[in-house]
Amino acid sequence: MENIKDIVLEYVINEYLEDEDEELTYDTPLISGGIVDSFSMVSLKRFLEAKYKISIPDDKATPEAFDTVNKITELVKEFTG
Amino acid sequence: MLNIGSYEERIKDFDWAISERELGYKEGDLINIGCYCSDRICKMGKGDRVALYWEGMHDKRKQYTFDQIRINSNKIGDYLRSLGIKNEDRVCLFLDKVPELFIGFLGVLKIGAIVQPLFSAFGDESLHVRLENAETTAIITQRKHVGKVRKLLDKTPHLKHVIIIDHDGIKPLKERETAFDMESYPEPQNFEIFPTKAESPSVLHYTSGTTGQPKGVKHVHYSLISQYLTTKWVLDLQDDDIYWCTADPGWVTGTSYGIIGPWSLGVTQFVSDVGFSAEAWYQFIEKYKVTVWYSAPTAIRSLMKAGDEIIKKFDLSSLRLLASVGEPLNAKAVTWSEEVFGHPFLDTYWQTETGSMMLTNFPGMKIKPGSMGKPFPGITAAVLDPKTHEPINEPGRIGLIAFKPGWPSMIRTYWNNEETYKSKFKNGWYLPGDRASIDSDGYFWFVGRDDDVINTGGHLVSPFEIESALLEHEAVAESAVVAKPDEVNMEVVKAFVLLKPGYEVDDMLELSIMNFIRKKLSSFAMPQEIEYVDSLPKTRSGKIMRRLLHAKEWGEEIGDTSTLEDDE
Repeated sequence: MENIKDIVLEYVINEYLEDEDEELTYDTPLISGGIVDSFSMVSLKRFLEAKYKISIPDDKATPEAFDTVNKITELVKEFTG
Repeated sequence: MLNIGSYEERIKDFDWAISERELGYKEGDLINIGCYCSDRICKMGKGDRVALYWEGMHDKRKQYTFDQIRINSNKIGDYLRSLGIKNEDRVCLFLDKVPELFIGFLGVLKIGAIVQPLFSAFGDESLHVRLENAETTAIITQRKHVGKVRKLLDKTPHLKHVIIIDHDGIKPLKERETAFDMESYPEPQNFEIFPTKAESPSVLHYTSGTTGQPKGVKHVHYSLISQYLTTKWVLDLQDDDIYWCTADPGWVTGTSYGIIGPWSLGVTQFVSDVGFSAEAWYQFIEKYKVTVWYSAPTAIRSLMKAGDEIIKKFDLSSLRLLASVGEPLNAKAVTWSEEVFGHPFLDTYWQTETGSMMLTNFPGMKIKPGSMGKPFPGITAAVLDPKTHEPINEPGRIGLIAFKPGWPSMIRTYWNNEETYKSKFKNGWYLPGDRASIDSDGYFWFVGRDDDVINTGGHLVSPFEIESALLEHEAVAESAVVAKPDEVNMEVVKAFVLLKPGYEVDDMLELSIMNFIRKKLSSFAMPQEIEYVDSLPKTRSGKIMRRLLHAKEWGEEIGDTSTLEDDE
C-alpha cells in the first residue's frame, strides 16, 4: 500500500509539479489546489491504469477521487483488490 | 433599476458617444486604460473602496483598495521604466491569477507599453512561439514558471528581462533575470502616465487558427469605450456590487471583463487563484457575497455534474446576475441555473478579435435558453450566405456570423500578419469564423465553427499546432487531430496516430505521447484520446482530410468521398 502511495506521489511530483520548491504531501490538494487540472487528470488516470493494469470507470474518476495522493491510492486499491 | 433600461429604447439612435461622455473622453483626448481603471476612480473619490479581494492556495488572502491598485501599478510601471522599457515595447505577463497579474496589467499600460498576457499553463513551445512572434522585451513571471522561460533564452534574443515577482533571495538569479517585489518597492514620486491616445496599442492577446502559428490580436486603448459600456449594460455592474469573473487574464475575457470592465466602473471584484471545485466556488460566493458572476459553460456544466445537494449547504442569496462566455451555453444549463440559483446564466457571444461582447442576452430581456441573444446596441450583426457573403433574411437558415466593422474594441490587426487580418473581411463584413441562424424574433442561435479550430472548455486549439508537435515525438510518423464531443468541455482533442516502424501500440507509449503534448503545448491541447491507424485519409496531393475524421467522431454524414478525395 505504501508502495502505491509513493509511486503516485513521485509521478505527480515529476510530471505535474512546476514549482520545485513546493512541498507535496499525500494530502496536498491536487485538483482543487490547481496542481493537476481537469484536462491533465486524464493523463494521470491513464498512468494509473497502465501501471496497475486496471480500468477506472469514468464515473469513479471524479475530481474529488483524484484530489490527493491518499484518495488516488484508495481508488487504485479498490480496483486492484 | 437596470443600467440598460430598455433594450428596445437603447438600440434607437445608439451612439458610442454615450460611453465617451460617461468616461469624460472627447475625440483627440489622451486615453490610457491603466489610468482609467485606477487614478480616475481615485479622483472620483472611490480610492478607499476595495478593488480586489484575492484568495490563493493555502488560505492566502489579500485585498487592495483602488488607491493601492493605483500606487502598486505605478510601482510596476516605474520598475519597468528603470529597466529601460519604453512605450510600445511588448511586456508579457506569465503569471497565475496572483494580484501582480491584475495590477501589472495596468502598470504596463501606464508606461505606454503593450501588455501581452499569456496563460501560465502553456508549455514551453506554446510560450516560445508567442514570445518570438511578438518580439517580447520583458516577461514578468513567478519562480514556479521560470524554468519554462529559461529553456527559451537561446531562442528569444529580443527577450532582455525576466522579472521574477517572488524570488526567495536565496537561489542565485540567472542570465537576464531580475527580482521585483511589489510590496516592498518604494512608491514612486511624480509617476507620469504615458500620454497614449485612442489608437495607441494596448493589449496583445494570442489566439489559435486552423493553420499556421497563433496570431497576436492587437487592441488599442480606445477599446475601453466598448468594454466599459458592455460591462455596465450587460453585466449590469452597479456601485455596491461584488463581481466575480472566473476567467484567467491569459485570455481575453480575463482582461476585458476581469480587469478593464469592472475597474473602469470602480466596482469591487473577487479573484480566486485556487483550482476548481464546486464546494470552493460556492463557498467563495457565500463568503464574499458575490452579486454578479461571469463564468464559462465548462465550469457551469461541472457544477451541474457536482449535483444540487451541495448547493443547499451554502447561502447563495447574494447572487443577482449570472452570465456566461467562451463556448455555446446549452439550454439545459440555462434552465438549471434558473432552478437552483433563481437566475438564468445569460449567454454572451464574442471573441478575442472583437474585444467585447457582440451578441448577448440582456438583463430584463426574454431569454430563449440555448440562444446567444441579440446584438449589443451599436453592433450591426447578420448571418451571411457562405457563397455570396450577402445577409440571409430567411429566419432559421444557417450562415456565417458577420459584424459590420467599426466598434471601438475591434481588432486593429494581427501582429505582423496583416494578410490574415484582411482575409477576415468579406463584402464589408468582419467574419469571426462561426456559423449561426437568426430566428424570426431576431435571436441568434449558434451552430458551430466554420473551420477546424477546436473549442475545448472555452480554449481555442489549433489542430495544426498539435499535429506539428506530435510529429516531434520519436514514435509518431503521421497524425491528424480533430474535435471529439464531450459532455463537460463540449469538445476535446482526439488524435489519430500512425506509428513509425518498430513502435508498437502500448499504454506507456500512449501516456508518453499525451504528456509530450501537455508539456510542449498545454494540458488542454493534450489528446484526451488517441486512435492508432495504419493510414490517414488524404487528398491526392497528400493533404490530410480532417473533415472526414471529424464527421466520423460526430456521427455525421461523410458525404461524397470521391469529392473529398479531390484537393480543396
